[in-house]
Amino acid sequence: MSEIKCLDLCKNYQQGDAVIKALDHVSLDIGHGSFICLSGPSGSGKTTLLNMIGGLDTLDSGEIEIDGQRVDLLSKGPLADLRLHCIGFVFQAYNLIPVLTAQENVEFVMQVQGVPAKERKAKSLDILREVGLDGMENRRPSQLSGGQQQRVAVARAIVSQPKLVLADEPTANLDSESAKQLMELFHELNESHGATFLISTHDERVMRYAKRLIKMQDGRIIEDTAQEHG
Amino acid sequence: MTTGQHLPVAAMSRLAWRNLWRNHRRTLIMLLAIAVGVWAMIFMTALMRGMVDQMIEDGIDMLPGMVQVHHPDYLDDPSIENSMPEPAPKLLQALASPEVKGWTSRVRVPAMISSERDSRGVTLLGVNPQGEYALGFNPDSLVEGRFLESPDDTGLVIGRKLLERLETDLGKRVVVMSQDPENNVADRGFRIVGVYEAKLASLEEVYIYTGLKTVQGLLGLEGMISEVSVTGEDYRDVDALLARIGGANDGTLEVLPWMEIDSYLGIMMGVMDGFVLVWIIVIFLALSFGLVNTLMMAVFERIREIGLMQALGMKPSAIMYLFLLESLMLLALGLLLGNLLAIASIRPLEGGLDISAVAEGMEMMGVSSVLYPALKLRDLLLANVVVIVLGVLTSLLPAWRASQYRPVEAIAKT
Repeated sequence: MSEIKCLDLCKNYQQGDAVIKALDHVSLDIGHGSFICLSGPSGSGKTTLLNMIGGLDTLDSGEIEIDGQRVDLLSKGPLADLRLHCIGFVFQAYNLIPVLTAQENVEFVMQVQGVPAKERKAKSLDILREVGLDGMENRRPSQLSGGQQQRVAVARAIVSQPKLVLADEPTANLDSESAKQLMELFHELNESHGATFLISTHDERVMRYAKRLIKMQDGRIIEDTAQEHG
Repeated sequence: MTTGQHLPVAAMSRLAWRNLWRNHRRTLIMLLAIAVGVWAMIFMTALMRGMVDQMIEDGIDMLPGMVQVHHPDYLDDPSIENSMPEPAPKLLQALASPEVKGWTSRVRVPAMISSERDSRGVTLLGVNPQGEYALGFNPDSLVEGRFLESPDDTGLVIGRKLLERLETDLGKRVVVMSQDPENNVADRGFRIVGVYEAKLASLEEVYIYTGLKTVQGLLGLEGMISEVSVTGEDYRDVDALLARIGGANDGTLEVLPWMEIDSYLGIMMGVMDGFVLVWIIVIFLALSFGLVNTLMMAVFERIREIGLMQALGMKPSAIMYLFLLESLMLLALGLLLGNLLAIASIRPLEGGLDISAVAEGMEMMGVSSVLYPALKLRDLLLANVVVIVLGVLTSLLPAWRASQYRPVEAIAKT
């Protein structure tokens, strides 16, 4: 049974007089524990697809189901619930709340979920250790490198064990070494936590880590292939 | 404590507090603006309250008393025909109750006073000196000679201005002339035994004092008086006093509070209360522009962060709550500073603020040349409540704006 079902997704944006087809009849099934890279040039619809699946934007037409629940029919409140409990996000940049420390950033989602303080603290320290940030829990984002900030964001995205992690160009602002480390971390977490990872990228090195590679162009899926992790 | 998808109060407060200090300079400037605004609200209110309090208290001193008992027709026609008997035992019992701070019986009649140089129309007051002291007569107002010693005292105490107008002096004799109940002229010579100064110089020309029994004897009014004047603790709260005295009335007399005896004074109090509220709101309106601007700037600077928090599962209402909390913290800090500043600047002036440079003009308004700022708890509370309530209401717009961003648009903002 699929975890995520996308059926005939369409999304147009108006740009002046022109209509941009960001998603053009996209259909997609994603199983539990998948590790998928969405690749394609800028404007191909990768980010739009992630935003739709994550409930950050609304569809013009089509259906999205996550574990049988129609995401496209949810109102703001239930959508926020879905994001809180089922989805972890990692963005390209500006991932952290600047006035909170690394540990507080990781705890943020659990605080909103109402997880008790003791449990929150233990989980956040564990996950920070797991992503290689042991000893940096009290640093604010401005005191961390770009790679370290992305690791904190990853830690926050997976700490409450969501079913799905959506990462939008997570390595775009990282050097090669940091990008490699981050992708290895994603891969390990996919293996150990069993969460589904859906990563948009146009970085060839990132794509090598995908178990399934979906190529997009002009809002359409043009290629969908399974591959061995390189 | 959490409410749905809201952060616990402590976490939300920590986040709001840290956000508040992200831009130190802007927060400090806004804080200063709120503090100065609150100071201006409280300080000016205290000055105005002091001025109006003084006008009302002086007015009550002139009546005198917070509650008066008269013949039912006395206020319409304050002539000698509308006198009343001295207090009966039931009224005397009420006058001994705890609500009564002091009371006195008086005869008050229009009269003419003549010296060897000049004549003036005055109000002759036959008083019981002990009662006058109990009612609030200030011995320090006597600048020469002595005050009356008993109801039988035949000496005359007059104001300094009147003394100057009559071109007479302490120890000299004057003639006081009035009418008895049969409309016959009643006059007698009095020796000036004391000279007083009033807070309002104009009053010094109006009132002359002698013993109650002396006036009763002069006018043939044995056992009769014009009024019983009663004073309590607080002129704002005379209901209990009025009920106590009114309860002792057998229906033949009229018992009235000060605001009905002198409706101008009563209106002054109402106008002052309204004016204080208007003044506080006007200052707040000026402040609110800065407050809205500060919060709008904070919202615009953090649009991506707002989007991030929404993506992480925070509901729009929680984001609104976060910005309102920031505003509340800013307001609370500003209020704290403003209150401290106001108290620190008013306390040293409570001994009196000399405004003699403009005293002539002030006297026309019935205010003396020394102002006593009055810091009232209710005014302090009013200023604080208005700032908090209107401040939060004003902050609703930027907070609501923050909560209405679509996550995808907010995250994409550069």
